[in-house]
Amino acid sequence: MELFKASGIHKQYANHKALDDVSITVPEKSIFGLLGPNGAGKTTLIRIINQITGPDQGEVFFKGRKLQPSDVYRIGYLPEERGLYKKMKVGEQSLYLAQLKGLSKSEATKRLKHWFTKFEIQGWWDKKVEELSKGMAQKVQFITTVLHEPELLIFDEPFSGFDPINANLLKNEILELKEKGATIIFSTHNMGSVEELCDNIALINKSKVILNGTMDEIKSTYKSDTFEISFKGDAQQVKEKLNGDFDLIEETNGNGIITAKVKKLSDTKPNELLNLLMPHFEIVSYNEVIPNMNDIFIRVVEEQNLSVN
Amino acid sequence: MSKIGLILTREYTTRVKKKSFILMTFLSPLLFAALMLGPVIMMQMDTDDLKKIAIIDDTKTFGKLLPDTKSLKFEIVEGKNLDNFKGKLEESGYYAVLVIPNNITNKQENVFLYSDKQSSLDVNEHISRNLEKAIEKEKLKANGIDEDLLAKSKKNINVRTKKWNKDGEVKESSTELASGISYASGFLIYMFIFMYGVQVMRGVIEEKANRIIEVIISSVKPFQLMLGKILGIACVGLTQFLAWVILTGLIAMGGQFLLLKDKNPEELQKNLTENVMDANPVSGVIQTQPEAASLIKDNPLLGDALAALGNLPLGQVIGMFLFYFLGGYLLYSAMFAIIGSAVDNETDTQQFMAPVTIPLILGIFVMMSVIKSPEGALAFWFSMIPFTSPIVMMARIPFGVPVWQLALSATLLVATFLAMTWFAAKIYRTGILMYGKKASYKELWKWIKY
Repeated sequence: MELFKASGIHKQYANHKALDDVSITVPEKSIFGLLGPNGAGKTTLIRIINQITGPDQGEVFFKGRKLQPSDVYRIGYLPEERGLYKKMKVGEQSLYLAQLKGLSKSEATKRLKHWFTKFEIQGWWDKKVEELSKGMAQKVQFITTVLHEPELLIFDEPFSGFDPINANLLKNEILELKEKGATIIFSTHNMGSVEELCDNIALINKSKVILNGTMDEIKSTYKSDTFEISFKGDAQQVKEKLNGDFDLIEETNGNGIITAKVKKLSDTKPNELLNLLMPHFEIVSYNEVIPNMNDIFIRVVEEQNLSVN
Repeated sequence: MSKIGLILTREYTTRVKKKSFILMTFLSPLLFAALMLGPVIMMQMDTDDLKKIAIIDDTKTFGKLLPDTKSLKFEIVEGKNLDNFKGKLEESGYYAVLVIPNNITNKQENVFLYSDKQSSLDVNEHISRNLEKAIEKEKLKANGIDEDLLAKSKKNINVRTKKWNKDGEVKESSTELASGISYASGFLIYMFIFMYGVQVMRGVIEEKANRIIEVIISSVKPFQLMLGKILGIACVGLTQFLAWVILTGLIAMGGQFLLLKDKNPEELQKNLTENVMDANPVSGVIQTQPEAASLIKDNPLLGDALAALGNLPLGQVIGMFLFYFLGGYLLYSAMFAIIGSAVDNETDTQQFMAPVTIPLILGIFVMMSVIKSPEGALAFWFSMIPFTSPIVMMARIPFGVPVWQLALSATLLVATFLAMTWFAAKIYRTGILMYGKKASYKELWKWIKY
C-alpha cells in the first residue's frame, strides 16, 4: 500500500522547467530516498508535497486520495535550509511551531518535555536560540519536525551540521520512527546513508526521474558480472589459467594475498571461475562485486547528461 | 486558535516583551511631558533665587522707577560709589551694581551693570525695557503730552474666531488649536506608518535570513503568515499609541497639578476637564467656578482656546486617527512586506524604498500647506489619493471636512489596501523562497504571474 503518490507532475518556472513528467510512489512504512544532483528538481518536488507550491500539471495523492490542505498536519518537513527565530527562547519557539502543526498547547508541552528528556536537553528550554551551537539548534529543529507524530516525514539533508556522534543518534531516531510506522522521504547527497537507510529510491536529474525502484532491484540491474577473488600463489599465472569466458580487469598484491577483479564475458556460471583457479591457487575469498549507490548515481547521471547533449 | 491568531500572537508578544519597546513606550511620554513642562518648571525654579541689584543713580530720578520682580530686587544705594563695591560684591550681598549716569536722557547713552558674573539676558532686558519706558514717559511729559491720553490710545487686538454651524449657532473656534492638532496627528500618522511598516519589512527579512520561512510555510499559507504578521504589528502600534496617550495624559495632569497648586488646582482641574468633556459654553462654567473664572477672564484667549477644544470634534478626530492610522499602516505595510520578501538582507532594501518613502514624505509636505488652506484643491486631491490621504486627511479633520469627502477618502483607502494586500500576497509567496537572486521590478512583476 502506498502512502504517497505523485503522477505526471510538471512544474515550469519563468525560464526553466523544474519538473518534467515526474512520477514517484512511496510505499507505506518505508524509507524512500529522493536523490539527484543539485538543481535537479528535488526541492521543487518536496515543496509540492508540502503544498508550499502547486504543480502545473499532474496529481498528488496522499493515502490513496488527493492531497488536501489539512494534510499539512500529517506531514513533517525538515528543509535543507533551515533555521529558527534567533531571539526566541527554545521552549517558546518549539511550542509555537507545534501549535502551527495543530497540536494543543498542553499536548505540545507534554510531548516536548518527553523529547527534551530523551535528547538530554532539558536545560535549553529557556535559552535563546542564538545561544545554541549549530548542531544544538539542529536537534531542536529535528524535535519540532517530528513532534506532531506525522505519518509522512520529509528530511532534506538531515545530517548536515551534525557531528558523527549526533548523526548516528539521528540515524537511529529515523529508523525508530520507521519502526513506529512512519513513512520517510529522505533526500541527500550522502550515498553511504542512502545505502544504510533506504528501501526505495528515485533518482531525479534534469527535471526527470531517471531511476526508480527498490534498492535491491536497482543494485541487481546495475551489477556488471564482475567478481573479486583473493588467493595465495603466483600472480603471474592467473592470466594463463583463465579461458575466453573471463577477462582479468585488475590485479593487486598485498601481504602475499593477491586480489583479482574478473569480468564474466559469457553465460557460464560464476562457479566456473573457481573451477579454473582452485587447482592452482589457495583461495581466500570469492564474491560478486555489487555496485554501490555512489557508482550507480554517477553512472546514471552521466549517461543521461551525455544523451541529452 | 486559528493559524493567523497564532502568528499574530507571536508577532505581538515577542515585540511588546522587547526591552526597546518597553523603554520607548514609557520614556517617550516622559520626554513629551518634559518638553511641554520643562520651560515652565525652569521658570518656577528661577523665582526661588532672589537677586538684589544695587543702583547708583546719578540722575536721582530713574532708579526709583525700576520695578521689582519675583526674582529681582532693586535697591538705591546713596553716598556710595562704584569703588565701594569693587571686589566686595559677594560680601555686600548684591548680585550686581547698576550705574545710571547723569546724562542718560541723551541719545546714545548707556547704563552700566557691574557684576562678578555674566548677568542673564532676563535681567538686562528688564532693566533696559523699564528704563526706556521711564525715559519715554519723562520726555513725553516734558513736552506736554497727557499720560491718560497716551494710555487710552493703546489697544491690544486679538482675532477671536467663532464658527457658525448649520443652525446658525455660534461656537468658539481656534485656528491655532486646529493647526496644532493637524500637525500633531499628521506627523503621528507618518511616524507610525514608517516605524511599524519598517518593522513588518524587518520581520519578513528576518524570517527569510534565518531560513525559518520554509518550515513555517509548510504549516501555514504564506498569505496567513503575512497577514498575521501585519496584524500583529498593528496591535503593537495600537498598544504603544494607547500607552502614550494615557501616560502623557497622566503626566500632564500630574504636572499641572504640581505647577498650579497655588491657584486652587482642584477647581481649575475640574473646570478644565468639564470644558473639554462637555463642550459647554465657557460662561456657564465660569459662574460656578469663580477662582478659575478669574484666571480665564484675565486671559480671554485661554478661555477661547479651552472652549474651542471642547467644540472640536474630538471624538471624530480620535476615531478618524485610528482609522487612518490602521488604513495607512495596512496599505504601506503590504508594500513593506513586498520589499522584505524581495531581498535577502536589509542593505538591499534601498533600491525598493523610493516608491514607499516618496509618497509618505510628499504627504508631509502637502500637509504643511494644507494646514494653511484646508479647503483648497491641493488639500482635496491629496486627501483622496490613498497613498497620501492618511496624513493629509488627518491634517484636515480638525478644520472640519464634509462627510462625503471623508466617506470617499475612506472607501478609496480601504479598496486600495485590499488590492495592495492581494498584490503583496502574490509577490510575497514567491519572494520569500527566492535566495541569491537580485530582484528587479521586472522580476517582481513576473512573480505576480507565478
